[in-house]
Amino acid sequence: MERSRLLSLAHLWAAFLCFLPATGLGLWQLLMRSPLPVPVDDPNAYYASLTAHGSIMAYVFPTLFIMGFGYAIAVSALGRPLRGENWAWAGFVLCVVGSLMALAPIAGGRSSILYTFYPPMVGNVWYYLGVAVVIIGSYFWVALMLINFAAWKRENPGKPVPLAMFAITTCALLWGWTALGATSEVVFQILPVSLGWRHTIDAGLARTLFSMTLHAIVYFWLIPAYVAFYTLMPQAAGGRLYSDTMGRIAFVLFLVFSIPVGMHHLFMDPEHGSGFKFVHSLLTFIVALPTLLTVFTITATLEIAGRARGGKGLLGWIRALPWNEPMVLSVALALLLLAPGGFGGLINMSYAMNAMIHNTSWVTAHFHLIFGGVVVIMYMAIGYELWPRLTGRPLITKRAACVQLWLWFWGMLIMTVPWHIAGLMGQPRRYAIFDYTDPGVAKMAWLDILSVVGGVILVCSAALFFYVLARSSLASAAESISPIRYALAVNPPARVHPLLNGFMFWNVLLLALVLITYGYPVGQFFFLHNQDAPEHSLTREMKR
Amino acid sequence: MAELLNNEGASGLIPEETVERTERRWLFAMATVLGLMLAVVVFTGVTQMMNPLSDVETINPATLHLQGEFVESNLGTAVETDGSITLRFLAEQYTFVPQCAVVPAGTLIRFRLTSPDVTHGFFVGTTNTNAMVVPGYVTNVMARFEHPGTYTMPCDEFCGFGHHAMAASVVVVPKEQFTKLRPEERITTCGAQ
Repeated sequence: MERSRLLSLAHLWAAFLCFLPATGLGLWQLLMRSPLPVPVDDPNAYYASLTAHGSIMAYVFPTLFIMGFGYAIAVSALGRPLRGENWAWAGFVLCVVGSLMALAPIAGGRSSILYTFYPPMVGNVWYYLGVAVVIIGSYFWVALMLINFAAWKRENPGKPVPLAMFAITTCALLWGWTALGATSEVVFQILPVSLGWRHTIDAGLARTLFSMTLHAIVYFWLIPAYVAFYTLMPQAAGGRLYSDTMGRIAFVLFLVFSIPVGMHHLFMDPEHGSGFKFVHSLLTFIVALPTLLTVFTITATLEIAGRARGGKGLLGWIRALPWNEPMVLSVALALLLLAPGGFGGLINMSYAMNAMIHNTSWVTAHFHLIFGGVVVIMYMAIGYELWPRLTGRPLITKRAACVQLWLWFWGMLIMTVPWHIAGLMGQPRRYAIFDYTDPGVAKMAWLDILSVVGGVILVCSAALFFYVLARSSLASAAESISPIRYALAVNPPARVHPLLNGFMFWNVLLLALVLITYGYPVGQFFFLHNQDAPEHSLTREMKR
Repeated sequence: MAELLNNEGASGLIPEETVERTERRWLFAMATVLGLMLAVVVFTGVTQMMNPLSDVETINPATLHLQGEFVESNLGTAVETDGSITLRFLAEQYTFVPQCAVVPAGTLIRFRLTSPDVTHGFFVGTTNTNAMVVPGYVTNVMARFEHPGTYTMPCDEFCGFGHHAMAASVVVVPKEQFTKLRPEERITTCGAQ
């Protein structure tokens, strides 16, 4: 058990260690885009920084965090040592080595292709190899989660798999499936070109394969946050989970519906017809459902806790909740950020309305609310929840943790609300600099300055988060720390329907949906002619 | 107090049937809301022709400047033999060719763009004319601008180190003024604006 604690701790430290500098890069990028004076005023450095910020925040930080959290759940929820711990360490080493391989060429400015790759632009080969190695490392984790899940089920026939383990295994499966899109793009299309074996790329096919990963990866990030909603928050609030079954349904819906919707990122692309664009838009509406179900169940759970603590009346239970508990506070803040973030998402996925905001700052604002807001605030709360259990030392202090969470919440709102407005005014995303002498651009100056203020608050909050964890790690060991206890449901299930206790059926359904929704869109490229584009090497451009 | 619900006595605090009934009602309500939103999307899509671009047309990015409709002399605004207006741009690192184009107000205009190098994108001012330009493919979108004026048309997809400097202008003039312009004047008028 001692070693498995170290395993989770290593993952979480590595995740947070790259998170902190990545927030600093984000702030510098905000300054570059604003009319304010900025150190190192260099557009080339901006695109390198943007690539590093995106690659760390999208691939390295969440993947390492989720792996560490997954191992912690497997050990504590199943109450047995982790099977294959040495393999887990091997996966960890691969992820760290891969991250360093990918980050080195970015730092050298030789792979400023953003984390979305954008072939036929081609960066340094080590970037792609690094990303591939990180994905391989994460597949070790996927396999281990499935093995531990299956082993527990064999030993406990007929019993419901604990909700936390069930949920984090859907997360692992989802990642296992969805990473195949970006992996095929890198392995079959980009690597052969960056190694010099081929010289052309079908950009349309590359964008389509990437879209398979691009949306579901958000649910890969999000599921651990929902795991905390369903299984950690009710205990912290002093209550019980409203419905265990609804949790299982929500997680299964995420697994099945978050991949066959990816083409809503390609609404404005010329390589697909509107038929399949519409199908993906339709299915995107379905994937909104598990989130809406979760909002109800979690609010009901909070109410149960509030009333158990003596809260009365229509809204009196809200005041009775323990707002000094980081886990409770973070869930409320996450739900508040989910409202505008989710609302923006409904607009983005709406087939025709998307044209208003496609590739404007609105989109950047949307995913910062969902990922930077909902997901990261819950990762922080999970960090606070796990830290004493992993280090054996008390958190110093819960009060500082709550201040930190509030700062993150306000920083995220102050940064993203102006972005939404600027996006509607026609501000493109991914611009290193703006010409503020242009009257149309000058109108947005105050919005960009306000975003910088939000960014400063976020960096302060990230630093405080890091300080609380580091300070707690150095505290003297506590005499006793209660182990993680997962929430009981109001009506704990004695047994659950076999469909909600395993994944075979859902895997088959998912495969069928992927074949239906991506079969033709991917297959068409093998029957089109002339569309292969010559590679465009970034390093050659730099020499020019 | 916090331990209140952790003992076994708390089981069944809310009867299973109540939980199920409320969850089912919420599910129904949310499915209805999403269904209505989807209906609006379908309705506006059909009645106002608000569909994303739909034709899949390929073009060889290596030879498009030598032959076919995207040779330099054929770029810009063209009045077709049937009187319809087509506006062709080449999107390349880091400029649009031409840099500026004149189009008539209140008229359906066919935008046709492609790229000889990497992926680009464009949108026109604050309108919803917005699309990707992917090398190997022709982007074909319809647009109508009701209000005369000069619209900035920036590249809106990352295309390399000069991405932020890539933009063109679309000048919308009243229909009567447009019909008076000779083809070569469409270019000179644009420069003067």
